[in-house]
Amino acid sequence: MIAQPFQYEAPATLQDAIGLLQKYGDEAKILAGGHSLIPMMKLRFATPGYLIDINNIPGLSSIQEENGFIRIGALVREAEVEHSALLTGHYPIFADSTRLIADPQVRNMGTIGGNLAHGDAANDHPAVMLALRARVVATGPKGSRTIAIDDFFQGFYTTALEPEEILTEIQIPIPPGHTGSAYYKLERKVGDYAIAGVAVVLTLDGNLVKSIGIGLTNVNPVPMRASRSEEFLLGKPLTDENLAQAGKLAAEDCSPSTDLRGSEEYKRDMVAVVLRRMVKLAAERAK
Amino acid sequence: MIQCKTSKAIGGMGHSLKRKEDVRFIQGAGHYVDDIKLDGMLYMDIVRSPYAYAKIKNIDISEAMKVPGVAAVVTGKDLEKYNLHWMPTLMSDTQMVLPTDTVMYQAQEVAAVIATSRYAARDGREAVKVEYEPMKPIMDPYKSMDPSSPVLRTDKPGKSDNHIWHWEVGDKAKTDEVFKKAEVVVEQHMHIPRIHVASIETCGCVADYDKINNHLTMYMTTQAPHAIRTVIALVAGHVGLTEEKIRVVSPDIGGGFGGKVPVYPGYVIAIAVSFLTGKPVKWIEDRSENLQADSFARDYHITVEMAGTKAGKIQATRFKVLADHGYTDASANPSKFHTGLFSIGTGSYDYDTAFMEADAVYTNKPPGGVAYRCSFRVTEAVQAIERITDLFALKVGKDPAQLRMENFIKKEDFPWKSPTGWTYDSGDYHAGLKKAMEAIGYDSLRKEQAEKRAKGELMGIGISTFTEIVGAGPSKDFDILGIKMFDSAEIRVHPTGKAIARFGTKSQGQGHETTYAQIIAEELGIPAENIHVEEGDTDTAPYGLGTYASRSTPTAGAAAAVAARKLRDKARKIAAYLLEVSEEDLEWEPGKFSVKGAPEKAKTIQEIVFAAYTNHPQGMEAGFEATHYYDPPNLTFPSGAYICVVDIDKETGQIKVRRFVAIDDCGHIINPMIVQGQVHGGLTQGIAPAMYEELIYDEDGNILNGTFMDYLVPTAVESPHWETGHVVTPSPHHPIGAKGVGESPTVGAPPAIANAIMDALSPYGIHHIDIPITPFKVWKALKEKGVI
Repeated sequence: MIAQPFQYEAPATLQDAIGLLQKYGDEAKILAGGHSLIPMMKLRFATPGYLIDINNIPGLSSIQEENGFIRIGALVREAEVEHSALLTGHYPIFADSTRLIADPQVRNMGTIGGNLAHGDAANDHPAVMLALRARVVATGPKGSRTIAIDDFFQGFYTTALEPEEILTEIQIPIPPGHTGSAYYKLERKVGDYAIAGVAVVLTLDGNLVKSIGIGLTNVNPVPMRASRSEEFLLGKPLTDENLAQAGKLAAEDCSPSTDLRGSEEYKRDMVAVVLRRMVKLAAERAK
Repeated sequence: MIQCKTSKAIGGMGHSLKRKEDVRFIQGAGHYVDDIKLDGMLYMDIVRSPYAYAKIKNIDISEAMKVPGVAAVVTGKDLEKYNLHWMPTLMSDTQMVLPTDTVMYQAQEVAAVIATSRYAARDGREAVKVEYEPMKPIMDPYKSMDPSSPVLRTDKPGKSDNHIWHWEVGDKAKTDEVFKKAEVVVEQHMHIPRIHVASIETCGCVADYDKINNHLTMYMTTQAPHAIRTVIALVAGHVGLTEEKIRVVSPDIGGGFGGKVPVYPGYVIAIAVSFLTGKPVKWIEDRSENLQADSFARDYHITVEMAGTKAGKIQATRFKVLADHGYTDASANPSKFHTGLFSIGTGSYDYDTAFMEADAVYTNKPPGGVAYRCSFRVTEAVQAIERITDLFALKVGKDPAQLRMENFIKKEDFPWKSPTGWTYDSGDYHAGLKKAMEAIGYDSLRKEQAEKRAKGELMGIGISTFTEIVGAGPSKDFDILGIKMFDSAEIRVHPTGKAIARFGTKSQGQGHETTYAQIIAEELGIPAENIHVEEGDTDTAPYGLGTYASRSTPTAGAAAAVAARKLRDKARKIAAYLLEVSEEDLEWEPGKFSVKGAPEKAKTIQEIVFAAYTNHPQGMEAGFEATHYYDPPNLTFPSGAYICVVDIDKETGQIKVRRFVAIDDCGHIINPMIVQGQVHGGLTQGIAPAMYEELIYDEDGNILNGTFMDYLVPTAVESPHWETGHVVTPSPHHPIGAKGVGESPTVGAPPAIANAIMDALSPYGIHHIDIPITPFKVWKALKEKGVI
């Protein structure tokens, strides 16, 4: 459980951090909370030559409302998300999801930016951000750019971030009225990765679905949106039949693999069950 | 309510004294083996096999030797020069320390890297290049038993199969006869999964050989320091390390649970390297090594049958076991007990016919197995009997509580002779189950269950009424490597009336520093806070076989009481001398002797002890010290009645343990708070195999869950609110009537949970799922029955 030798850098500015990324290229890894990276290094699955610790960089740790968006700095800890009245007030899904991330020690260190930048479909925020239709801000040598969440996850542990870019912010739209959100993951025990997880954000118009976002956790190699389920539910009332059909579509569309958590069939079935329950819960919260 | 004979100031038995050891533990001042740092100390890391079965073609250490700080790389060939490449196991099997040509399981030690820092040792390990020729491993014990299977232990001359031993007990002919004639027979096959103790502190040592004085000090995480000293002397005596030149020190231990009884190769390599270099060598396992290579527990495949009448009277049981020991039989059992105390498996029920047999077999898995908080294979036995009792109740159409009540051994029938030869000392099983049923509200739960079932909801109630067997053990039957399983206490009371007491056992969190002091306080009236308890240093403590199998209180605790009574006898003599009366005229109350009829004429124990050093009677030995080696006349038989309620989410298979009531009978209780803590911890380690833990291998011998990411140790979140209580039937043969409690909950909880889950699923014709019962397994069973 000891990493191979590496060089540690702790720049004080974003510019310096980007400069180091330019200098060391793909030999370098960004260290934020470290709760995905360091275990991989200790097991020697990850062997970066350089660690660039961005924790000393100011300005990446706030949660603020601005121009119809909530802007979350990349270094905001999971524990801060969990207890942010601004976030959980607009979106109870943040209380649902952060509570299920690992354990309090990990949440005190782990960051929301790291959770996304790791590009791991087993992490919880990718599904939540897909459901929220969030935007990700990446900062590199040429300045900042905004990436729609649907363009962010590109493959297995692969994101749209360029090697010289750092994820600096996440932007979430302020919801219209009658919006509800919910997240749940089935797990074998506390702190485990999901057997299957579903994030739902929806807005109701009377009893009809006006808009909906559904993200799935750990049932696909890449974090995925349950697009057909969303399309199917749009404009419809949330009857048991419609919920069952939406669940069925997501179960068909995801691509889980059999492992110690259960068979592929079990996981597909769980996607359908949890999706139904989360849409229902989100709808209750929307009223 | 527990009646205390001593005042709170004395703090004898029955007082919930706060644990003395916690003063240092909660302030981070515990002293564990990894806290030991010696001048010039070297660090060791171990290269381990990625294959379960392979020939070693070559080990190239050249790159490793170039890593800065690496001092040496030790291989099996190096140890072979000193004939240290093999060692005996506690069960008189043999085990490689380091291989010379073949590896037999994944994560087996292949070479050791010695360096000047822990980090350099790890980098050196990465640089050792081993060339293997993989072979097809045997992972299935049934396949291993097949005569056509290749022989794994080719190191054993003449070995022609993979069979280790056959064991049986009971009357086969009579049992077969009862089964043939029985009105009702039920049978169930089950696997008790291979699990790991997963103590928070891993294993490790600092071997410190002093070349000039030819003396070895071995600091190590061991539950049995004296036995280890003897084992080291047996293994290394031929190179000059005889027993008087060895000191084993077991510092604070962060959990043992049986996993720190065996001798692991790492210890031997560290000793060998220290012996050759004259420098201290530290070896501390990391988490994965601990989980993947150290002794496992359980791994019994059991077919259990019960015969009885249609009216629900149990008449006989039959057990057939296949024990998967992995590469070598490295069990930590008493020598004559291949299956440990599995023969307690006839249970808490009054019948006189049983037959049990077991075969052990080699496979390409890590060796073992240890008695993980279960007093030698009792968990396996209790799981079998308590599951089959439920299946029998189901078959005859009786409520499982009612059926148990009707079959229990009656309290007036103790001492009771079991069909496999044990003499149960005492118990009141009816009272225990009654108390548990009242505590949980059994009847109203059954009503609630009927209502839920009508609505298609899954709720289950599970019972386990187990009998444990602990305190090994009487010298006529019990030994380890020939050493009888007594244990010891030595009490030295200083002139001012304060004492130090030393024991042959070794606490790993059990609270010995407090409970032993309370036993002595009870007997001598010296306040427990004035009694310093010390264990774990073979240079100072009296010889004993250590702490495991819930044996500390039954053996060393008894030794403490008997040694204290020897001192009380001496105190009486001194008091008589001081008070100028005859001994018969004296009356004892905790802390003082007084003259009958004249209570103002008295001497306190402190005054008496002072006199033992300053004014002792002529002809009497001065001083106030006593030692006792306690050889128990019988084992003790704690028991318990556990009831568990579960709710199951039908769609997802998720299981919620809603309530869990545990009524234990551990005889007289020394410290109620410590007992409750033991029960809480044990119950949590009971839900572990029932619902979460199992070491899983693929057919190529790869472990699939060799880290805590996938080896699921339950936490506070998974634990229900434990509801505990007691029935007290003192052990009649134990000096203080205590029976031991450390393992009861680990033994009793799994079948209660399994029975509850199966009770919930029973309406759908699902009557058995092997533990651990996971949501996926429940979902699968419901799916197969077309329920969902």
